Amino acid sequence: MHSEAAIREPLILGHKTYSDITNDIVSPIENKAPRGWYVLITISALIAAYGVGCILYLLGKGIGVWGLNKTVDWAWDITNFVWWVGIGHAGTLISAVLLLFRQRWRMAINRSAEAMTIFAVIMAATFPGIHMGRIWMAYWVFPLPNQFGSLWVNFNSPLLWDVFAISTYFSVSLVFWYIGLIPDFATIRDKVTRPAMKKAYGILSFGWTGNAKAWTRFEEVSLVLAGIATPLVFSVHSVVSFDFATSVIPGWHTTIFPPYFVSGAVFSGFAMVQTLLLVMRKVMKLESYITVKHIEYMNIVIIVTGSIVGVAYITELFISWYSGVEYESYAFINRATGPYWWAYWSMMTCNVISPQVFWFKKLRTNLMFTFFMSIVVNVGMWFERFVIIVTSLHRDYLPSSWTMFHPTWVDAGVFLGTIGIFFTLYLLFARFFPVLALNELKSILTISGESYKRTQQQHH
Amino acid sequence: MANKVVYAVYEDPEVLKSAARKLVSAGVKVRDVFSPFPVHGLDPIIGVKRTRLGIVSFMFGMGGLSLALLGMWYFMIQDWPMNIGGKPSFSLYQNLPAFIPVTFEFTVLCAAHGMAITYLIRNKTLPGMPARNPDPRSTDDKFIMEVRSEDNHGLDQAAIMELLRGTSVMEINEREY
Repeated sequence: MHSEAAIREPLILGHKTYSDITNDIVSPIENKAPRGWYVLITISALIAAYGVGCILYLLGKGIGVWGLNKTVDWAWDITNFVWWVGIGHAGTLISAVLLLFRQRWRMAINRSAEAMTIFAVIMAATFPGIHMGRIWMAYWVFPLPNQFGSLWVNFNSPLLWDVFAISTYFSVSLVFWYIGLIPDFATIRDKVTRPAMKKAYGILSFGWTGNAKAWTRFEEVSLVLAGIATPLVFSVHSVVSFDFATSVIPGWHTTIFPPYFVSGAVFSGFAMVQTLLLVMRKVMKLESYITVKHIEYMNIVIIVTGSIVGVAYITELFISWYSGVEYESYAFINRATGPYWWAYWSMMTCNVISPQVFWFKKLRTNLMFTFFMSIVVNVGMWFERFVIIVTSLHRDYLPSSWTMFHPTWVDAGVFLGTIGIFFTLYLLFARFFPVLALNELKSILTISGESYKRTQQQHH
Repeated sequence: MANKVVYAVYEDPEVLKSAARKLVSAGVKVRDVFSPFPVHGLDPIIGVKRTRLGIVSFMFGMGGLSLALLGMWYFMIQDWPMNIGGKPSFSLYQNLPAFIPVTFEFTVLCAAHGMAITYLIRNKTLPGMPARNPDPRSTDDKFIMEVRSEDNHGLDQAAIMELLRGTSVMEINEREY
C-alpha cells in the first residue's frame, strides 16, 4: 500500500472512518438547513433580484444608462468581466493543475472551488452579453450562415477568440465538475431515506454503479481532462489579455499581459476560494477536512502569485520608461500620479504590499486574518482591471477629449447584482450538492488521515 | 440448475485485494468489484483491461483541430477574404498565427466533450438510468466482490464459498437469478 512520510501533516483530522466521511457530508443535505443559511440566501437573493432588475432596465434602455462616454467606452462592464473570469481560474487550477502534480490537499477543496469557477464564469459571461446592447442578437458571435452574403465573424479578432475561449472553458469546467460529482451523487442516492430526495439524486447520479471498470474509466477521464484543462485555463486568461494587448493603446499594448493576467487570475481566484471556504468550513463543520494546513497552502499560492503580479507591475513601469515611447511613459505616469492615482495605489497596496505579510507563519495560519486578506486581495484585483482599462482610455491621443469615467447607479447595480447571483448560486450548491469530493477523500483516508498516520508511526 | 451470484462484502480495499488474489490463483473468475472509490492495483488482479478513452479523446481532439482549421480556411480565406488591420487573409499559411487560439480552443472543446460523452455511454451512466449496484453500501464504505457461477463452470459452488469464507470477509450474500 502507498504510504506517506510521517513528517507531512495529516489532511483529514481526527478519527474518521469511510462512513463518517459520508455522514459528515450527507447529513447537512438531509437535515434542515441552519438558520444562518436562510439569512445568507435571503440577503444574496435580494441583491441578486436587484441586479436582475438593473440588467433588465439596462436591456430595455440600452447601454447609454451606463456611465460610458466617447473616450471611456469600456469601463466597469469589462472590468467586471475580467474580474469574474479571473476568480474562476482558481477552481480549474486546483482541480486540474494540482491533480497533475498529485497534490492530495486539493481533494478537500476542489469540489467547491470548481463550483465557484462555474458560477464565476457565468457571471463573467453576463457582461459581454449585456454589453452587446441587443442581447437577442448574441448568436451573431458564432460563425453562422446568414443573409449578409454570407458575412462571417472575424477570426482575426481577439474578441472572437474570447467567445471560443470562454465558451470552451465554461463547458469543459462544467463537464469536469459533473463527472466528479456523479459518484458522490450516487453515494447520496444510496444514503438518503426520503423518497423524493432518493429519486432526485438517483436522476443526478445517472445510475452510477462504481464497478471496477467504471472507476478505471473515471480515473482516466479525470486525468485526461486535467491534462487538457491545464493548458486551457492558461489560454483563457491569455486570450482575455489579448483583448487589450493586441490593440494599440498605450498601457495595453504589452507582451507581458498574458502571464501577468494569468497569475493575477490565480491570485484573485484563490482569495475568493478562501473567502468562501473559511465561512463554509465553519458553518458546515468541515474543520476536519479543510484544515488550517489547507488554508496555509492556499495562502502560499496567494503569496507566490501575488509576488508574480508585483514583479509584473514593476516590469511594466520600467519598460514604459525604458522603451522611450513618450505615450507609453505618460500612460504609466498618469496611472500613478494622475487623477486616478487613488485607484492605482489601492491596487499596489492590496496586491503587491499586503500579501507579503503571509511570509509570517503566524499570519498565514490565522483564519480571521486570512479572511480579511482574501477580501483585500479581491478589492485590489478589481482595481487592477479598472486601472488598466479606465486609466489607459480616459486620456487618449486628443487632449480635448480627455475625460473621467463616472459610474451610474446601473453600473453599480449590475456589478452588485452579479455578486448577489454568485452567492445565491454558491449557497444553493452548498445546501444541495456534496461540497467535498467524497470518493477522492475516502481514497486518501488511510494514507493522510490523522489517526491512520499515528498508528503507522507506532508500528515503526 | 439456477445460476448463482455471490456478493462478498469487505470492509477494507486491501483485504479485498488479497482475497481477490487468492480466489484468482485458485482459478475463480471474479466478475466485478463495487467500491466507493477506485481501488488501485485491483484491475490486473481481476483482469480488467486498460481503458482506451485516452485514444478516443485524442481522436476527437484531432477532429476538432481539423474542423477548426477547415472552417476558418473556408470563412476567412475562401468564402469572404478580408484584409483586417493589415493582417493578410489571402492564404491559410499567412493567416495561421491569428487562427491558433481558436484552433486550440476548439481542439480542447471537442477532445473534452467527445471523451466525456463516450465515457458516459460506455459506463451506461446517463440521465434516468436506474442504480445497478448490488448493495447500497457499496457507495458508502463497503467493498463488494461479485462471483458468478456461470463464469465458473469448472468449479463447485461450495468450493467457491469455502474459499471466500477463508478470506477476512465481513458477510457473504448468495442470490439466485
